[in-house]
Amino acid sequence: MTVELGHIALIFALCLAVIQAIVPMIGSFSGHTNWMRVGHSMAAGQFVFVALSFACLTTAFIQDDFSVAYVANNSNTLLPLQFKISAVWGAHEGSLLLWALILSGWSTAVALCSGKLPLVLSARVLSVLGAISVGFALFLLLTSNPFERILPIPPVEGGDLNPLLQDFGLIVHPPMLYMGYVGFSVPFAFAIAALIGGQFDSAWARWSRPWINVAWVFLTIGISLGSWWAYYELGWGGWWFWDPVENASFMPWLAGTALMHSISATEKRGVFRSWTLLLAILTFSLSLLGTFLVRSGVLTSVHAFASDPERGIFILIFLSIVVGGSLLLFALRGPTMRSATSYSGWSRETMLLINNVFLVSSMAMILIGTLYPLLADVLDMGKISVGPPYFNFFFVPLMSGLMVCLGFAGFTRWKSTEGRFLLRKGLVPSIVSLIMALTLPMVMVEKLSWSTYSLTAVVILLLVFWVVTMSLEDLWLKSRGKLSSLSGLSGSYWGMLIAHIGLAVCALGVGLSTAYDVQKDLRMAPGDSTDLGGYQFQFIDVERVEGPNFIAYRGNVEVRSGDVFVVSLSPEKRSYKSGGQVMTEADIDGQLNRDLYVSLGEPLGDQAWAIRFQVKPFVRCIWLGGLLIGLGGLLAALDKRYRRRRLKKSVNVKSEGLAFE
Amino acid sequence: MPIGLAAALFTSMLFGSENLVKFSDESLRIRYQTLITELRCPKCQNQNLADSNAPISQDLREEIQRMLEQQMSNREIKQHLTSRYSDFILYRPDVNKTTYLLWGSPLAILMIGLLIAVRLNRRNRIHAGSLDKTEVDQESRIAEILKSGEDDK
Amino acid sequence: MNRLALFLPLALFAVLTIVLLLGLDKDPAELPSALVGEPFPAFTLPSLYDANRSLDERNIAGEVVLVNVWATWCFACRIEHVMLNQLAEQGVKVIGLNYKDNREAAIDWLKERGDPYVFSIFDEQGRLGIDLGVYGAPETYLLDAMGTIRHRRVGVVDDRVWDSEFRDLYAQLMADKR
Repeated sequence: MTVELGHIALIFALCLAVIQAIVPMIGSFSGHTNWMRVGHSMAAGQFVFVALSFACLTTAFIQDDFSVAYVANNSNTLLPLQFKISAVWGAHEGSLLLWALILSGWSTAVALCSGKLPLVLSARVLSVLGAISVGFALFLLLTSNPFERILPIPPVEGGDLNPLLQDFGLIVHPPMLYMGYVGFSVPFAFAIAALIGGQFDSAWARWSRPWINVAWVFLTIGISLGSWWAYYELGWGGWWFWDPVENASFMPWLAGTALMHSISATEKRGVFRSWTLLLAILTFSLSLLGTFLVRSGVLTSVHAFASDPERGIFILIFLSIVVGGSLLLFALRGPTMRSATSYSGWSRETMLLINNVFLVSSMAMILIGTLYPLLADVLDMGKISVGPPYFNFFFVPLMSGLMVCLGFAGFTRWKSTEGRFLLRKGLVPSIVSLIMALTLPMVMVEKLSWSTYSLTAVVILLLVFWVVTMSLEDLWLKSRGKLSSLSGLSGSYWGMLIAHIGLAVCALGVGLSTAYDVQKDLRMAPGDSTDLGGYQFQFIDVERVEGPNFIAYRGNVEVRSGDVFVVSLSPEKRSYKSGGQVMTEADIDGQLNRDLYVSLGEPLGDQAWAIRFQVKPFVRCIWLGGLLIGLGGLLAALDKRYRRRRLKKSVNVKSEGLAFE
Repeated sequence: MPIGLAAALFTSMLFGSENLVKFSDESLRIRYQTLITELRCPKCQNQNLADSNAPISQDLREEIQRMLEQQMSNREIKQHLTSRYSDFILYRPDVNKTTYLLWGSPLAILMIGLLIAVRLNRRNRIHAGSLDKTEVDQESRIAEILKSGEDDK
Repeated sequence: MNRLALFLPLALFAVLTIVLLLGLDKDPAELPSALVGEPFPAFTLPSLYDANRSLDERNIAGEVVLVNVWATWCFACRIEHVMLNQLAEQGVKVIGLNYKDNREAAIDWLKERGDPYVFSIFDEQGRLGIDLGVYGAPETYLLDAMGTIRHRRVGVVDDRVWDSEFRDLYAQLMADKR
């Protein structure tokens, strides 16, 4: 019964979404306040029904109801409880339901926080969000119904959740990522509402800024978690593969980052208005495009969902309506007037524009690289692959350029900044960074020679120290060297500072782990040992152990540094009972300055095993940097100025006449 | 931190353990590692030869090892493989008439972007002096809108 | 700014949509052969039945033949085997390439299921497989009388595949030969 209840709840949610999409929009044109208010309650109601539907599906998983096809395919009685719950979003249908749940959650949040908005605007925003909800609810009900039963004879036992997904990573990564993806629907809706209203002054920018920040924080954390998950779970120590699915999440992040920066100029100075509107549309469009790429089967990926052309068609139609429609609206109603304000020289406006050029070029490059194999195939130019060498070739210089500009962020002023002023401020940091970058790679290695002096490390350290010293110099100047005045700096300033330093930390991890990563694939018999990166790894033995739903070979490896015992690592080779899949579970000893990474390969006879040893310096900084970036975004979103002057009640139609229409 | 990261590649002190893939000359190993990370497993979803456990990847790794020992250059090795498995296995696509757009467009986009930024900047600089009067303080404009809302309540 | 410039994103998106739409019909996992139009690669390998009998590319040339890559560990090959038996009965010359297999197991398999092959090449190491660009069994190659590869199929050949991909080309090649 619960299953049917879930299905019906979803249908109810669809109906409410339809009302939410239509009624407030009509009201906003006809001027009926009551009609406009309908969206708010519909959003809340829709959230309740989708949540109910989601709860029903979760119940089916917990109760091992294998008469539900989706449960039977993705769960199993042996599965531990936390994975039964996270298995709800472990495959296509359920993850789509999670998407719908989060979308209705964001809509409700908009409805609740819309007190300070003019009613016409919030009505239109909610209407756009409702229209998106209609699309996803229809997608679920028509092509991807998670509540479908296997009747009349349900299986006694379920298949299993893909062992790769039986991990803490599945519990946290998709919800975070979707919060980010879907969160960008809010600034999208604001942009559409602004286009409909034809009002492009700073107000819409001011209102959508906190939403952008929050969505962006979730996306940042989600991507970092995903990268960390791939690192420890896939078992070969990579943390980013430029796989289409990863690119699908990274493109909205880049566009969203560009949006965050450009909208600050739009809000403060009224410049780049059409560009900011376009970015708001683009960011959410890229989220939708990501959904298409992941679920339609047009590209091969390690992480893609089971695909189905019928779903592909549906998303493509949905995509063309939403994106095509909004771009058409943009083309017809977008602002063509140049803003009245002006700026010059190395003003903050110029720097933000350059920042946008780097970010959007990176995004476009990734889009082209990701879709090029498809394009070549469609044009019958043969099958080609575009992989990490291509993406790194462009991405590294683009990001380096971005980091050079980023150093100046705090020093630039709106309207105009003297180039000479920036050069003067950059003098000390550039000398400090240069010295650090040239000397540190000498002490990073045991035996210094031309072959061990890493140029990669020099370049990355130069950039990292540049960003950090410039940020600190700015902080020093802003606080006039007094600790007491630090608390006087605004949340958004701290946010910027921490996010920029976070980027530097992340780059440090990427650069140093690439430059100094060492790896050996060895045949090890019990008792054998090897030297790697200043550590001695000794292989003790392999034992057989039993887990809740798998049996495993567990290796014992002891690590010493000189005479000091460091850690005992136990990598596993698991064989899952239900499907018989074999999984490599690496064991990692992580510290801030290095990870020891051991994974167990194949048995080679005579009790010997193939084992891969890796020492990865500073690799942890990658995700630490990601978290700092997220923290920065959070601080900026919590900035006091977004909360002041909040209105208790929504205003009546007449007053909005001033701002809209 | 225990130092000696890159150096360890060259000072391999092995006690009993042996390399799974053996080379007559250790400098080949670095090339081997680069090649197997830049070549794609033809059978798998989206993995390079280094990370894939598929039998075909194992075979191709051995083939690459054999070719390296025969003193073939990286170019020759890639040629050898693409003549059998097509360009699909190259993660770094060759620059040819099929891929001009792929390799050219990122640079073109960056250039166009920077050009627009410079042009906007220059146009603004010309107007910078004369526009002060029409300039609207956006902060006060927002305050005005918000305030009008408050008053109407 | 020019109003027309605002249409640019829409135009780009339209192009993207068309590419995606056409892309839906394509199978990204299917690899084209680099060898279609090329001569069958040179090899020297033993026969499956007789380890002392050496086979090379000259044994294949001179006739229009199918070269079928198979192995006992390949599940789909079981399904395909019935079709190959039928083709052999109709007079199509099929040559087996036993790929990375165990000799005894392969001989037993043919005893049990019938042997559609004129002869089977025993490629224990998979070296000829690599030269052919084989990335999984079963695969089937159609060669003309000159020993040139004219078509390749990755995956099972059944009635439907035979009719759509092989039948006409095979008939044409047979006619050309005469």
